[in-house]
Amino acid sequence: MRLKGRAWKFGADVDTDRIIPARYLNTSDPVELAKHCMEDEDAGFAGKAAHGDMIVADKNFGCGSSREHAPIAIKAVGVSCVIAKSFARIFYRNSFNMGLPILESAEAVDAIDNADVVEVDMDSGEIYNVTKDARFKAKPIPPFMQELVNAGGLIESIKKKGLVR
Amino acid sequence: MSGQTITEKILAKHAGLKAVSPGELINAKIDIALGNDITAPIAIREFRKAGAKKVFNRDKVVLVPDHFTPNKDIKSAEQCKILREFAAEHKLTHFYDGGEVGVEHALLPEKGVVVPGDLVIGADSHTCTYGALGAFSTGVGSTDLAAVMITGELWFKVPETMKFVFSGKLGKWVSGKDLILHVIGEIGVDGALYRAMEFCGTAIEKLSIESRMALCNMAIEAGAKSGIIAPDAITRAYVEGRAERPFKCYASDKDAVYCDARDYDCSKIEPKVAFPHLPENTKNISEVGNIPIDQVVIGSCTNGRLEDLAIAAKLLKGKKTAKHTRLIIIPATPLIYAQAMKKGWFDIFLKAGAIISPPTCGPCLGGHMGILAAGERALATTNRNFVGRMGDPKSEVYLANPAVAAATAIKGRIAHPDEVA
Repeated sequence: MRLKGRAWKFGADVDTDRIIPARYLNTSDPVELAKHCMEDEDAGFAGKAAHGDMIVADKNFGCGSSREHAPIAIKAVGVSCVIAKSFARIFYRNSFNMGLPILESAEAVDAIDNADVVEVDMDSGEIYNVTKDARFKAKPIPPFMQELVNAGGLIESIKKKGLVR
Repeated sequence: MSGQTITEKILAKHAGLKAVSPGELINAKIDIALGNDITAPIAIREFRKAGAKKVFNRDKVVLVPDHFTPNKDIKSAEQCKILREFAAEHKLTHFYDGGEVGVEHALLPEKGVVVPGDLVIGADSHTCTYGALGAFSTGVGSTDLAAVMITGELWFKVPETMKFVFSGKLGKWVSGKDLILHVIGEIGVDGALYRAMEFCGTAIEKLSIESRMALCNMAIEAGAKSGIIAPDAITRAYVEGRAERPFKCYASDKDAVYCDARDYDCSKIEPKVAFPHLPENTKNISEVGNIPIDQVVIGSCTNGRLEDLAIAAKLLKGKKTAKHTRLIIIPATPLIYAQAMKKGWFDIFLKAGAIISPPTCGPCLGGHMGILAAGERALATTNRNFVGRMGDPKSEVYLANPAVAAATAIKGRIAHPDEVA
């Protein structure tokens, strides 16, 4: 899978309240959640982000709550993938489970500026900064997680194993 | 072979293995799977989308609509209705509604639903609270919860364990909350990322179960997968008489392997205050300075238990809250509510000018029952002080223990409990 879009750069420790504030969690409708994606970090983000754009963030992206509404809002707003130096644990798990592509690369994050055009090859883990003509390799996705992605997420994977009664 | 930590032993047991080591991927059987009114609707949607007809065990799937309850608006009422109908359809044993609702992480230990030795997952990040009883418990997302509701199992990567050894006597106003804020201030909000935090030492052995819950509750604020304390006589005294099931107490072997070990002398730890907008921005209460506060909240899955309200009642007795400061007290469960009332604390709280809320997560996550306007500042006994956590993105939240909270409500600025005691 190849992805291409403009980078939206964010700092360290972006918490799930900033990705989707709890005041909007009285619904789980992806379209509603997308309207408020990153609202407390960048109020106009949902209106400005184009389909395919990427979130590029420093360490510990998605810390805080377990709300799956966070990756749901990011995906529904049209963001194609998140590149960060590191991810908080539950956010990492949630993203694989529900199918939001995420990659870890400290070097790439440092070398990508806001609004740079970036290409990502999810199969090889290559991150290409088109604007600056620089290539980076993301931390490999563990084989087990890759299986989840290939199966189409956690629920599809348990369906394929015949575990649904 | 080297020894095993308590976390490794519980995970191995639930995976049907003799031993596990950090980094190993396992499939483990789940004792309790929890969801609330925010996270369960997505899990139920995934459950149905998968074509599942039956939950794996109606005693083990627990639903607690505690975040936006009593229903704050039509949308949240719809969310709760999804839980109510699912609970009825699947005849869930543990569904708490109406006057039975309490803040989930206070309610489940109190009801004996979670017991030592359990493997618990919850679609709520503060599920790590149950480590205080010697259970392995961790927060997951809604899709993970759906998978467990269907299969009764979930995959885990066995975490490395960090050991935190506390010795020395706790100061008069120091509690489990201060110990964890101290640790987070030192290691940062990702200082224990992907790891288990094991708390032990002579000071932990003397710590009340409520303080232990506050301590383990905030392991997630250091990025940890779980927090845990080996069960002892204090744990048994709490669990016996309320446990719904037989339980098993595990302990780490003497030669267990830790990726990191830290020692703390509790006599040197002051009450702590975490400044906006991260729990790691901690200061000693003596270094805080003059910070006026508009609202004080005493409650939540961190500090809404009887011990917490007892400290508040002791300090608020015969006192008034400052004129410009609103005090909201939220007993975490109906039982705590009833006990506090019976002890006469409601009279103390009401005379002090406090608002007493029914059990709810409410303002902790900026849901309802005490939302902040732009420019307002709250001091809360809750667990997160992120941007906009309790309301407007331009509001601020400071985190502290219940004694500091009560003193702050009286003084109208962040205050040391000694100032009002």
